[in-house]
Amino acid sequence: MKRTSWFNITSLVLGFSFLYLPILLLVIFSFNESRLVTVWGGFSTKWYSEMWQNQGLIDAAWVTLRVGLLSATIATVLGTMAALALSRHKRFAGRTLFSGMIYAPLVMPEVITGLSLLLLFVAIDFARGFWAVTLAHITFSMCFVAVVVQSRLVTFDRSLEEAASDLGCPPAKTFFVITLPVIAPAIIAGWMLAFTLSLDDLVIASFTSGPGATTLPMKIYSQVRLGVTPEINAVCTILLGLVTSGVLIASYLMRKEQQRSQFKSAAAP
Amino acid sequence: MLIGVPYLWLVILFLIPFLIVLKVSFSEPTVSIPPYSPRLDISDGMSALWQQIRQFSIENYVFLIEEPLFYRSYLSSFTIAAIATFITLLIGYPLAYAMARAPRSWRAILLMLVILPFWTSFLIRVYAWIGILKKEGLLNQVLLAIGVISEPLTILNTNAAVYIGIVYSYLPFLVLPLYASLERMDDSLLEAAADLGCTPMKAFWTITLPISIPGIVAGCFLVFIPAVGEFVIPDLLGGSETLMIGRTLWVEFFNNRDWPVASAVAVVLLLVLVVPIALFQNAQARAEEKAS
Repeated sequence: MKRTSWFNITSLVLGFSFLYLPILLLVIFSFNESRLVTVWGGFSTKWYSEMWQNQGLIDAAWVTLRVGLLSATIATVLGTMAALALSRHKRFAGRTLFSGMIYAPLVMPEVITGLSLLLLFVAIDFARGFWAVTLAHITFSMCFVAVVVQSRLVTFDRSLEEAASDLGCPPAKTFFVITLPVIAPAIIAGWMLAFTLSLDDLVIASFTSGPGATTLPMKIYSQVRLGVTPEINAVCTILLGLVTSGVLIASYLMRKEQQRSQFKSAAAP
Repeated sequence: MLIGVPYLWLVILFLIPFLIVLKVSFSEPTVSIPPYSPRLDISDGMSALWQQIRQFSIENYVFLIEEPLFYRSYLSSFTIAAIATFITLLIGYPLAYAMARAPRSWRAILLMLVILPFWTSFLIRVYAWIGILKKEGLLNQVLLAIGVISEPLTILNTNAAVYIGIVYSYLPFLVLPLYASLERMDDSLLEAAADLGCTPMKAFWTITLPISIPGIVAGCFLVFIPAVGEFVIPDLLGGSETLMIGRTLWVEFFNNRDWPVASAVAVVLLLVLVVPIALFQNAQARAEEKAS
């Protein structure tokens, strides 16, 4: 029996206050009447309506959303392929290089990734802008997807696939009917991770972006450098709300799915 | 197909770009577009490209050694990252410990609460601290109101703010592996120690702490490695005296438009980071071996 001591309760309260208080304050002050972000001047939602008037901000949000959806989707496909390749083929020419290239971007400082991609785009005369940012985001987020999917494949029972092919199921069908449903939660988690990474990236986008392709983090960053404004607090609050509800819904669905499969396996004789 | 497509993708968009960085780091800065010479352009044809690749100068690396700004940036990045990692451990350990000791029914929710900030924007979380730490910010208002200080403290744009930013942003990275290693611990060990008359304090130092060392090591590297190359935190929270290499690279590239020197900075940064990364992977491999 574990006792919950006062020391542990204090640690939890202090730790979680530290994690959440700054975000909470940011949200509270987005509803501040006063332009002075740190002095409370009464409740108001005026910064939210003002935000919708800011065309630069809306444009940046659109660019970010398009880059995010496109790059996350392609990164998920490529990352899943890479994960399958790594877990299925223990030996092929250049496997060490391949797995190195999968893991390296995870620890590579963003400034180096950004710089190297920019130099590539300059060398091959590829226009900096929307497509360059998208390609850059696919490249680093596919590695995160690969790691997430691979960790799921480690526990995957290959005998299911073997049984299917013994029964004459073609490989493609085996993949879609057996493998894909089993690794689907990891693929969804990978997509979400790729999407939020893209949504969040400032450094790599700053290197690879060009005129007309300013992303939301770039816009927020350039405004933050000029000072804290309630309008940015409002933008941040909306972003926080979207990401938080996305993560909560996804984890709720996944837990339900897990319970269902546990129930099914418990019910099976 | 399965191997080929992602392989080719990574070779073109990860490996080749890095080789170009290496090549540009041996070029000379010029006032042209692109601002380095010899220019690297596949449209010049293969033989011209080969000519361009063959000439190189090590001047940028000499510059990195001669100019104190650079080695001071590298040194101070490592120092700041190390101090911040230590503070993160001091804050993260009690939190992970309390989470692992919490009633079983709470743990899933507590774990979710640690992971959630990890999904929310890094930039926003750093930004949130500006309003708290600045001179007329919330922290100073509170401290003045309760009479702890009589003059507002200058925290924003100092190294102290950078420490706070790193600790805050990377705390989940440390808590998660630490929690995992503490949660696995067998409680009967502590009960046995207590039965044999061991005080809780002594039981912690002789049982809990040694068991959690793999978690501590993994967590510390997960904070330290990305913190060394950090740009956003020193740029938004740090001051003019905050030297960090990610920011120095950024300034060389965007403000001074010296692409060759920025490339040389990147190459050296990667070389010095290889050491902690190799140590980390070694520790991970050993931990896995032990577990299996």
